[in-house]
Amino acid sequence: MSTLSEAWAYLTTAENWTGANGITTPTFDGGWRFAQDSIIALTLEHLWMSFAAVALAVVVALPLGVFLGHVRKGGAVTVVTSNVSRAVPTLALLTLFAASAIGFGNNAVILAAAIFAFPPILSNAFTGMADVDPDIREAALGQGMTRFQVATRVELPLAVPLIAAGLRTAAVQTVATVPLAALVAGGGMGVIINTGLATQRYGQVLAGAVLVAAVALVTDGVMARIQHAATAKPLREAAAATA
Amino acid sequence: MDAPDNPWLSLDYLERNWDEVSEQLVIHTTLTLQALAIAFAIAFPLAVIARRAPRLSSPIMGVSGVLYTIPSFALFGLLAPFTGIGRTTVLIGLVAYALLVLVRNIVVGLQGVDRDVTDAARGMGYTPMRLLLQVELPNALPSIIAGLRIAAVSTVALVTVGVVVGYGGLGQLMFRGLQSDYRAQIMTATLLCLALALVLDLLLALAGRLAMPWARRRTAA
Repeated sequence: MSTLSEAWAYLTTAENWTGANGITTPTFDGGWRFAQDSIIALTLEHLWMSFAAVALAVVVALPLGVFLGHVRKGGAVTVVTSNVSRAVPTLALLTLFAASAIGFGNNAVILAAAIFAFPPILSNAFTGMADVDPDIREAALGQGMTRFQVATRVELPLAVPLIAAGLRTAAVQTVATVPLAALVAGGGMGVIINTGLATQRYGQVLAGAVLVAAVALVTDGVMARIQHAATAKPLREAAAATA
Repeated sequence: MDAPDNPWLSLDYLERNWDEVSEQLVIHTTLTLQALAIAFAIAFPLAVIARRAPRLSSPIMGVSGVLYTIPSFALFGLLAPFTGIGRTTVLIGLVAYALLVLVRNIVVGLQGVDRDVTDAARGMGYTPMRLLLQVELPNALPSIIAGLRIAAVSTVALVTVGVVVGYGGLGQLMFRGLQSDYRAQIMTATLLCLALALVLDLLLALAGRLAMPWARRRTAA
């Protein structure tokens, strides 16, 4: 019971949200970083790291998946990557990066999270493009569209629902992975949990866990909205009919 | 860099620390298997209930979907104040995640059984229990095995996060390797994790083949 009230006390103390020195603190070399004692700053940092990781994965995986799906080659490769990536422990990647030239800190975490966000985006983009009805492609080609036009004007719009679903999986998974950053001296909301564990303030651990879960759920909700909005109405109805 | 030699791979490390490495490997393996067994024992009845009572299926699926978005790091942290530091906490967390994967796959598998087949069995006078065990279960087996394989592989990866509460199996080695900047320790633990996931995946695939002789015959034909 005391843990619950401790957590409540932690969450309702204004100082914990703003920190002693505001959102950012100066570093020794004249730069700045997010304050480690402020929930708001850590949340912002968490969102920034997640966004950077997903963006990085999207830039590489989306064009690749769309292209491979369009030419319908490399299906086996995408399946193997997504299966193998599930077996790689996040902690292993984080510690490997931290011990290598990439070093400690947020950049290593962003890179690791991007690698984990890569497979769902790739495989969904591939499946979305490759599963477009061959008759539709034939019809578009028969109407005199070039292959590029078929890819961008016919296949891509039809693949959008699956691509959006892949982005959603990747985003939520990334938000849920970034807390591990605290173990390799990175920032984000994991810091709240990690500090709590280290100082045996379990109320703070509980508060941090609730906050991270809340951010993950909100992300999922926002991404679901985006997925819904990105899906054309007829496709939405078709999906509802099969589900 | 004039630091002492710090190789990524070192047989020397493995030889000198075999006792510790094998101990963590055993912990890792038993934790994974235990979590899978417990999760399956809970997931199967849940999935059957979800299948039999459609009104319960969306809450069961919904709750498992929500639980899955809770970060593992947070979950272990969340449990720690209540169940303490150590094996129980990690096991509960692992079971929770494996459960979600398994329930989904078992429900999908059971729903995929051809209605005509179940109707025929019912017409032949099969009791609900016999129908479940002799008709629905074998037909849903491919999906169940697929779910078990995903759950096994992701559980192996997840055990490492148990390091948060001081019981992470091979994750323990990774974390300590990081703290002491000992690359061979991290790499060895990582490779062992991957190997363990691969072996479990292969064993489950093999078990699936043995349990479904009809599927084998079909692909051979």
